[in-house]
Amino acid sequence: MAEYTVITPLPGTFYRKATPESPNFVEVGALVGADTVIGLIEVMKQFSELTAGTAGRVTAFMVEDGDPVEPGQIVATLDEE
Amino acid sequence: MIKVLKPGLATSVQDLGREGYYHLGIPPSGALDQYALSAANQLVGNPAGAAALECTLLGPELEFHQDALVAVCGALMTPRVDGVEMHHDTAFSVRAGQVLRFDFPKAGARAYLAVAGGIDVPLVLGSRSTYALGALGGFQGRRLAIGDELPIGIDSGKSRAGASLPMALRQALGGEITLRVVPGLYYHRLTESAKSSFFAEPWTVGSEADRIGYRFKGGSALSFQPREQPFGAGSDPSNIVDSCYPIGSIQVPAGLEPIVLHRDAVSGGGYAMIGTVISADLDLIGQMQPNQKARFVAVTLEEALEARRSYKKKLSCLSKLFPS
Repeated sequence: MAEYTVITPLPGTFYRKATPESPNFVEVGALVGADTVIGLIEVMKQFSELTAGTAGRVTAFMVEDGDPVEPGQIVATLDEE
Repeated sequence: MIKVLKPGLATSVQDLGREGYYHLGIPPSGALDQYALSAANQLVGNPAGAAALECTLLGPELEFHQDALVAVCGALMTPRVDGVEMHHDTAFSVRAGQVLRFDFPKAGARAYLAVAGGIDVPLVLGSRSTYALGALGGFQGRRLAIGDELPIGIDSGKSRAGASLPMALRQALGGEITLRVVPGLYYHRLTESAKSSFFAEPWTVGSEADRIGYRFKGGSALSFQPREQPFGAGSDPSNIVDSCYPIGSIQVPAGLEPIVLHRDAVSGGGYAMIGTVISADLDLIGQMQPNQKARFVAVTLEEALEARRSYKKKLSCLSKLFPS
């Protein structure tokens, strides 16, 4: 089991859910696949999906819903399984 | 030909722009960082104003179908050929069949990829620049999309792999940026406290910032002097009777968030412009990432013209280095 970090390649605003009323895409402890969407980055009036990038279990979010992010910033950590 | 495997966030064909039609509502467009575009072009033996790709924040993935000499200047988005890291500000060869990708930006917002021969899209009103809002110029009047096939012009043969920018001619990116502003034409409409807070406080680039305008947040709301709004002006104190908007002009809708118009701006409207960012500093705006900080500093017209002279001198240093 290895720790894996999900980084955002984009600057902007990070969201954990698709709309303010929606549930979070994933919760800590959830099993995700490489293509599972874990959040959105809003920049230049566009929303880009951020995917886990590897299969594993989400161990933590390092960024809160609505926080600003910069390129290369760690958004979440996973345990690869 | 270059095939677009992934378009990136907002990749478009840009040259130095389409001057002379703003009075008809067609903005200049062109590279937001004109210096980086010129540098990348000259590294591959192109004229400074050849069409290149402006790659914003998230670069494209491009499959080359012919050998080509290329160079990347501007934002520090490390180019990789089949995964192998290439130098920034340096010409390198890409062979037919190879794939060029970019890392996320370590600093700056826009990398310029010049290809020897230029991106050979048709001239529209004298320019190959994309004006996406007007579906004009560039590759079919829009940003690149998956599957696009970009034609390449004829390589001049004047440069070769390894040609590189001297350190003195490379750009410093990132950190807090100082933007010089000539106050006016409606600066007098601000209250004294708004005049001083605008220049005293730091501002942060909003995530909406794009080629049309850069929105700044985080400073105090700016109040306008009370007046009876003239006929034709909207009711908000930040409104005026419609006027022309210069590129670089700063409007503050409802007094809340200053917007600096850039090269894809609308040509006029009804917001009071409290000043204009000088032309020599517009490249700096094009390289600002969302959440980056800036301060505005007032300069006189004479200082602005002097800054323009030294900016042009830097451009001419480039062209002396790479005579075409």
